[in-house]
Amino acid sequence: MRLDLGIIADMVPHGSRVLDLGCGDGALLDELMRRRGCQGQGVEVSSEAFHACVAKGIPVVAADIDEGLPDFTDGSFDVVVLSQTLQATRRPALVLREMMRVADTGVVSFVNYGHVGLRLRLLFRGRVPVSRLAPERWFETPNIHPCSILDFESLARAEGLVASERVVLGADGGPAGRLAIRSPNAFAAAAAYVVHRASGRMPN
Amino acid sequence: MWATVSSLSHTDPGGSVGPVATQRVELFARDSPLVLESGATLAPVEVAYETYGHLNGDRSNAVFICHALTGDAHAAGYHDDPERPGWWDNIIGPGKPVDTDRLFVICANVLGGCMGTTGPSSVDPATGEPYGLRFPLFTIRDMVAVHRALVRHLGIARLRAAIGGSLGGMQVMHWAMDFPDDLAAAVLVCATSRLSAQNIAFSAVAREAIMRDPNFHGGDYQRIGARPDAGLAVARMMAHITYLSEEGMRNKFGRRFQNGTTPRFGFDVDFQVESYLHHQGEAFLRRFDANSYLYLTRVMDYFDAFGDMSQAGPKLERLTTPFLVVSFDSDWRFDTSHSREIVQVLSAHRVPVSFREISSPHGHDSFLLVIPEYHRTVASFLRRAEARPAAMPAEVR
Repeated sequence: MRLDLGIIADMVPHGSRVLDLGCGDGALLDELMRRRGCQGQGVEVSSEAFHACVAKGIPVVAADIDEGLPDFTDGSFDVVVLSQTLQATRRPALVLREMMRVADTGVVSFVNYGHVGLRLRLLFRGRVPVSRLAPERWFETPNIHPCSILDFESLARAEGLVASERVVLGADGGPAGRLAIRSPNAFAAAAAYVVHRASGRMPN
Repeated sequence: MWATVSSLSHTDPGGSVGPVATQRVELFARDSPLVLESGATLAPVEVAYETYGHLNGDRSNAVFICHALTGDAHAAGYHDDPERPGWWDNIIGPGKPVDTDRLFVICANVLGGCMGTTGPSSVDPATGEPYGLRFPLFTIRDMVAVHRALVRHLGIARLRAAIGGSLGGMQVMHWAMDFPDDLAAAVLVCATSRLSAQNIAFSAVAREAIMRDPNFHGGDYQRIGARPDAGLAVARMMAHITYLSEEGMRNKFGRRFQNGTTPRFGFDVDFQVESYLHHQGEAFLRRFDANSYLYLTRVMDYFDAFGDMSQAGPKLERLTTPFLVVSFDSDWRFDTSHSREIVQVLSAHRVPVSFREISSPHGHDSFLLVIPEYHRTVASFLRRAEARPAAMPAEVR
């Protein structure tokens, strides 16, 4: 399992009903279902990843989350996970809104494009940078909406979300060092949040 | 002549279960009749069924196939002619998605059918004459009650899976909701939880065609020695249009003429599509009974799995059976929104559900064809269902 998936798994309460948006081959759900007593449901657009989930016995709906989550009713999950998926969506704000419609708790993780290493590579090499957590070059990366920690936090605020927990991650996907904790936007390779609506349920 | 659906799909890998024979069993005797949802009773109830593969030692590898409106017990293998296999032979067999090397497969003609299971063309023991329209109205629940009796007769307590397309999927849906402990997995293809107004409208016109046939005689045509063939053929022709898609028909027939390249300007069959529908209508007469068609389409009209949530809700709450729901993008008889509604309701009730819309130009009939992504999905879902312990402890939820 990817190291950051362990950190995200820790953010999901034991025994909760979890919807993983862009669940890939189901590695996170597999961990949550087999070891943490969760009831998992995945959503995945890729055909190969869909088959991988079915083969693992993970319930998965083949759908494009950019079209919203019409297959899921309001509040039907405890937690919705967006693990390195938000940046790959065409409409991140809509995806956040849909996430908070079907659950009260969201877990969101993403690669921090504000990291100084990436900034310097763009500055000195003049090329869109790649990193260990986002190794694909500009024309092959699924991350069509790269954002920094500051960017995400301002979108979350605008969407009426508050974070109850934030974990900043190092380049290997594990917990970040002291520098990153002090200045996450510049030194964290990635971040993961537990978010809730600031004031009860959002209007539909 | 036109190829039938099953012979169109011979390109599948995997083997055949070989020669098979339909078996018959009397499940409800006079002293223990089948009590229908309406309260009416029916006895005896004879059931025609086939099985493929071998039941394992602990009787835990059985799969039940629920057939659609005009299907029968002969799902796989062949009776006399290897070139004319059962209606779902492309998915059932050694090495196929419903793998008879590992699974014991049961398929039975539904209650009210006309392929060996008791239905309106059977003889009413009370009168010694065919039931006709005196056959009691029944429901999907009653079909499932008969399936369950057959499963018990075969000494099986729990099924590895029940699988059904269209009307078959409606039976699986009901089965899982009413008897969640019966099924370790459920597969619904091109199914619906309830017919739309448009669906019912098509059924209504089909029934009108039959009932307005002068040879219908209020359903007593058998006794009189007549057959409402014109009505039944029209019903089938119209229904068949709903099983195909615009794209499929355009590709297969276009505006081509049956003979030559110029129109003959008359009312006889001239276009290829007309000839095809005529053939479908005529072929249907050889194997189907008009009264069965009335009853079975009516059963579908009335089915509404989630209609009364005060009843359905508690059933769904205790349902833990994993579902696979599959639809096809060109199916307009039960389009993807029907499947999505099932997914939404199941998911809202915490039922584990996998869903996929598969791309295919073949409309509702896609579920009978070899579409690799579809077969692959069913195969991996079933393989996983086999890996799961047959009796899942309730605390797993």
